[in-house]
Amino acid sequence: MRLVATPGQTVGPFFGHALPYDGGHELVSPDNPAAIRLHGRVLDGAGEPVPDALLELWQADAAGIVSREPGSLRRDGRTFTGWGRAGTDDRGRFAFTTVRPGPAVPGAAPYFALTIFARGLLDRLFTRAYLPGEALGSDPLLASIPAERRATLIANPDEVGLRFDVRLQGRDETVFLAYPRD
Amino acid sequence: MTDILDERVPGSSSDDESSTQAQVSEEIRRIAAAHQRSGATENEARLDYPPYRSSILRHPTKDPHRVDPEGIELWAPVFGERDIDPLEADLTVQHGGEPIGERMVVTGRVLDGDGRPVRRQLVEIWQANAGGRYLHERDQHPAALDPNFTGVGRCLTDDEGAYAFTTIKPGPYPWKNHRNAWRPAHIHFSLFGTDFTQRMVTQMYFPGDPLFALDPIYQSIVDPRARERLVATYDHDVTQPEWCTGYRWDIVLTGSHRTLMQAETPS
Ligand SMILES: [Fe+2]
Repeated sequence: MRLVATPGQTVGPFFGHALPYDGGHELVSPDNPAAIRLHGRVLDGAGEPVPDALLELWQADAAGIVSREPGSLRRDGRTFTGWGRAGTDDRGRFAFTTVRPGPAVPGAAPYFALTIFARGLLDRLFTRAYLPGEALGSDPLLASIPAERRATLIANPDEVGLRFDVRLQGRDETVFLAYPRD
Repeated sequence: MTDILDERVPGSSSDDESSTQAQVSEEIRRIAAAHQRSGATENEARLDYPPYRSSILRHPTKDPHRVDPEGIELWAPVFGERDIDPLEADLTVQHGGEPIGERMVVTGRVLDGDGRPVRRQLVEIWQANAGGRYLHERDQHPAALDPNFTGVGRCLTDDEGAYAFTTIKPGPYPWKNHRNAWRPAHIHFSLFGTDFTQRMVTQMYFPGDPLFALDPIYQSIVDPRARERLVATYDHDVTQPEWCTGYRWDIVLTGSHRTLMQAETPS
């Protein structure tokens, strides 16, 4: 039986007391020796920050293993659940404390899966933030994207970890993904 | 304090309160007419929908890149009993007293695109109070806050994919998309499936709302049959004697990409 999916709608302006929660952006403790920050900004078509966006991060652990553990909403400080949520601030900035994901299969290019919600955005967007590195050269998704847009999917190393900006529109618009089944 | 409802964007005339409802309604009508002429089926909200002024600079202009999900994208996060207090499903008992408004139960099932129940998965809701006011520092609507109502709920679906919340009926509220703009009463829903690709956030509406035709967010789903999927049904079997009214609303996520072989554990 095939059913038609219920349509999405914008998250609106008033999710701030409902969706973000304490510790949501910390997939690991900042004290974890492997901890990095995955951070960036969400920008609109005029290059202005989007202060009312929400990002969700879903990733494998450092060994490439997909966690099947509950506890993302009430973290115990030990279990890696692979999932987190972070709102943007007044300057459109977001940050997660996490670890670099390992490859899903040996040799594959590892990436963070991201979902983006915002006021003004009528449905959620999906994208990937790839770790920089040699494996990128053989990634089938990156190979299928025009060269000039590929960089929008690759996180850049900086002094605290990895930087990844999301541009909703315009020049350097982030490549967003759809997962059609048929 | 900055008013987030002031939709004006610096250097842009795209967001302002200078439009009237008549102008916005005319834009809505033209887009709907063009859609009808096209004969196409559209089951999702349009990201590019200018009557919703704040979408103008926030919609991607390029088509999404189609990709077969792999690795992490074939899995969704797991939530469990430890993530949620059962009391979070009752928005009327989170304070010392009863909130003002029409007490109601909203219940339904979360299914995937193949009709399978989405079991033991997280459902989150948030809403305005009976007067149309959110407990949010940036809500400037001069309606009363209700000290007994936060308007936030969570639950896990059961083994049949069913969820249920006890809450009060939210009021419609004004926003500054255009002059005299009002949102139809709605409850925001956040849903997860079994795959990352099924993640979605939407809004549930109430039958017969006179604001439907005027609301650019509801109308951004240009196909009437598709947007009617967001309207709950009054269900007298859910209504409880001497206690509360009842509404039923089922949610269908997109289809899972996982094969049966992959159904239980990640490789
Ligand atoms: Fe709302």
